[in-house]
Amino acid sequence: MKKVAVVGYAQHKILPNAGALNEVELIMPVVHKVFNDLGISQDDIGFTCSGSCDYLQGAAFAFVEGLSAIQTSPPIKESHVEMDAAWALYESMLKIKMGDADTALIYGFGKSSPGNLDSIISLQMDPYYISPLWPDRVSLAALQAQILLQQKIITHDEMMATVIEARNNAANNPNALLTDHVSEDLYQADSLISSPLRGFDCPPISDGASAMVIASEDKAFEFTDNPIWIEGIDHSIESSNLGSRDLATSPTIQNAITNLNLKNINFDVAELHTQFSHEVPFLRKLLNLTNVPTNLSGGPLVGNVMMCAGLDAIGKTFQSLVRDQSDHGIAHASSGPCLQHNMVVHLERHK
Amino acid sequence: MIQAGVIGVGQTNYDSKRRDVSMAGLVREAIDKAMLAADIEWDAVDAVVLGKAPDMFEGVIMPELYLADAIGAVGKPVLRVHTAGSVGGSTAVIAASHVCSGQFKTVLTVTFEKQSESNATWALSPRYPYSPHINAGAGGYFAPFIREYIRRYEPPEHIGWKVAAKDRQNALKNPLAHLQIPGIDEKMVSETPMLWEPLRYLESCPSSDGACAMVITSEDRVGSRNVAWIRGMAVRSEGTLSAGRDEVNPQGGIDCAKDIYQQAGIHNPRTEIDCAEIYVPFSWYEPMWLENLGFCDLGQGWKLTDEGVTALDGSLPVNMSGGVLSSNPIGASGMIRRSSTSGNGLGRRSSGGRCKNIYGPCLRWCSAIFCNVDCFLFQRLIGDINEHRSCNCRREGPHNGHYLKQTRKKKCFEPRNACNYL
Repeated sequence: MKKVAVVGYAQHKILPNAGALNEVELIMPVVHKVFNDLGISQDDIGFTCSGSCDYLQGAAFAFVEGLSAIQTSPPIKESHVEMDAAWALYESMLKIKMGDADTALIYGFGKSSPGNLDSIISLQMDPYYISPLWPDRVSLAALQAQILLQQKIITHDEMMATVIEARNNAANNPNALLTDHVSEDLYQADSLISSPLRGFDCPPISDGASAMVIASEDKAFEFTDNPIWIEGIDHSIESSNLGSRDLATSPTIQNAITNLNLKNINFDVAELHTQFSHEVPFLRKLLNLTNVPTNLSGGPLVGNVMMCAGLDAIGKTFQSLVRDQSDHGIAHASSGPCLQHNMVVHLERHK
Repeated sequence: MIQAGVIGVGQTNYDSKRRDVSMAGLVREAIDKAMLAADIEWDAVDAVVLGKAPDMFEGVIMPELYLADAIGAVGKPVLRVHTAGSVGGSTAVIAASHVCSGQFKTVLTVTFEKQSESNATWALSPRYPYSPHINAGAGGYFAPFIREYIRRYEPPEHIGWKVAAKDRQNALKNPLAHLQIPGIDEKMVSETPMLWEPLRYLESCPSSDGACAMVITSEDRVGSRNVAWIRGMAVRSEGTLSAGRDEVNPQGGIDCAKDIYQQAGIHNPRTEIDCAEIYVPFSWYEPMWLENLGFCDLGQGWKLTDEGVTALDGSLPVNMSGGVLSSNPIGASGMIRRSSTSGNGLGRRSSGGRCKNIYGPCLRWCSAIFCNVDCFLFQRLIGDINEHRSCNCRREGPHNGHYLKQTRKKKCFEPRNACNYL
């Protein structure tokens, strides 16, 4: 089976409100950046796949507009997932493994600023019994945070430390949206949005886009001297019924640990798609990453582009491995309320 | 590449309002039928691929999250595909890619649309910032391209009526079809109100509730099951505003068809393909796609329709199930084309034992706003082993994949009447 490597990644600077800058104008610069970095064009791409959410743009088929950002004449092999672009990466990887393409362009984009993200995301729930109650994303996340605190799986201090660390790490990330230092006093003084989550525990409303290029082992070295191999990738979903889930653990993360045989790997770096502060210590414990530098980019707490933040976690891990010449990285992408759907990616730089 | 085949398909009844089921109930209805047809249990399913058109058609965002339990995905990988109107087809392609990549053995794929939850024409008339609002619905986008087709080739007016009547007559033989219009004929179609010149009311597809599921598996898991082998699959997209794009005969469709014919070793689709299910949401698209997909030269498609070639008793029956003109749960429509061709009885020709070897493509639309086409080419044996063995021809049983690869060339040396497979 063909091996697949990440060869390039570019991220738009995360904006609080892109205003009149539309999705195409967010995608184009990152696609051009990743192409220019590799010295390639759309002609070198065998398959293109994107991730986005029509509701963020407020129009059915809105993702189609995104295609205007790339060259589609002559016609291209292309697809789209209404999921985080991390799953567009997954689909692209399948296409390379089956031999339908040697290279793939993946892009994700989202503008959360024009709409009301809380209302939009509440439409993810059961449309007959739950969505009519308009449960917002913060309150749903708070349910899980509360359970994790009650069962002493995480502590308030760990949540606070996560926020402070995320802001500190953001200082090294030129694309981060929130870079202000947060002190313990400032954190404690922040008001609760939905107990136990304070404003600082939640991600900022963000606009942006990212692009990535992956390639088969035959092609990867034509593009770069530093391909980072997708050594393992696994994802699975939990029930939609919150009441039937044990929110104090994650069977899907456990699946990934087993399927990817992660137990005995010493990771050098981790980037987790953790939108809320409590998710960081929770996942670090589950994935045995307590001593692994995590979210050196600051993670979604300093910039959270919907439909793209999962791909960004993979992209940031790729960048860390290239920059630090380290060997093993782990990235995580998530979807749905209370980490319902999780993807874990093991990236490796072979010496 | 790993060979993948469809071992089970399931379709719901199609109707304008399936008020008897929730969205979860609707998809499960199709899945249960597909799993039963495939004769597999849940533990055999390695991954689930869900497809549907815009979330605004039901008002549920990323419905794989809500439907995780209903589609049996809990604890498994699930992917949600959305490629606009082509999604039913793209979803099948991506599900097959799961198998062909070698990552998965058996994949369940399901597509649905419950259009009664919303208003399709509203959802199809997006209001983009800084752009004029076109309150057109789908027909408003397609009609100009049909007018251009008529300008180029000057077909007679009744071609559209003929397609509409033919597909609805086929639907009368399909108990699952949404539109069942007794006594429908060209005259009835021609007397309905004009909606979008030249499209009349009965030349348009309905809005339907429905779901379609398929079980796709790798060669080594097929066993003794009946199987429709996937001999070719392809997708192509063109941007909305690609310079020089020909919406009447899109390059995406041409490339897609060429790609699958090459994969399957088809040199003359008109004679080598037994039947086709093609996405015809508006009547005139039958002749337009016949040309685009290489069944005939440009400007000749309407003649095939006019001569009855595409009728149920013609030499190339098209949309034997009644097609999109008779049932159109948008997100599922592309997959229904595949299901109908890969055979659950709907795709069977009326001429009884004559054709037991259905070899047909399922071809999915190019929409006016966006061109995303995908093609599947199936090879299917309908009939059981005993029936086949009784003819004593020199083939092995259908359980053998190599046998199925050979049958495309119809290597049966018995007299035609003696073999049920010819």
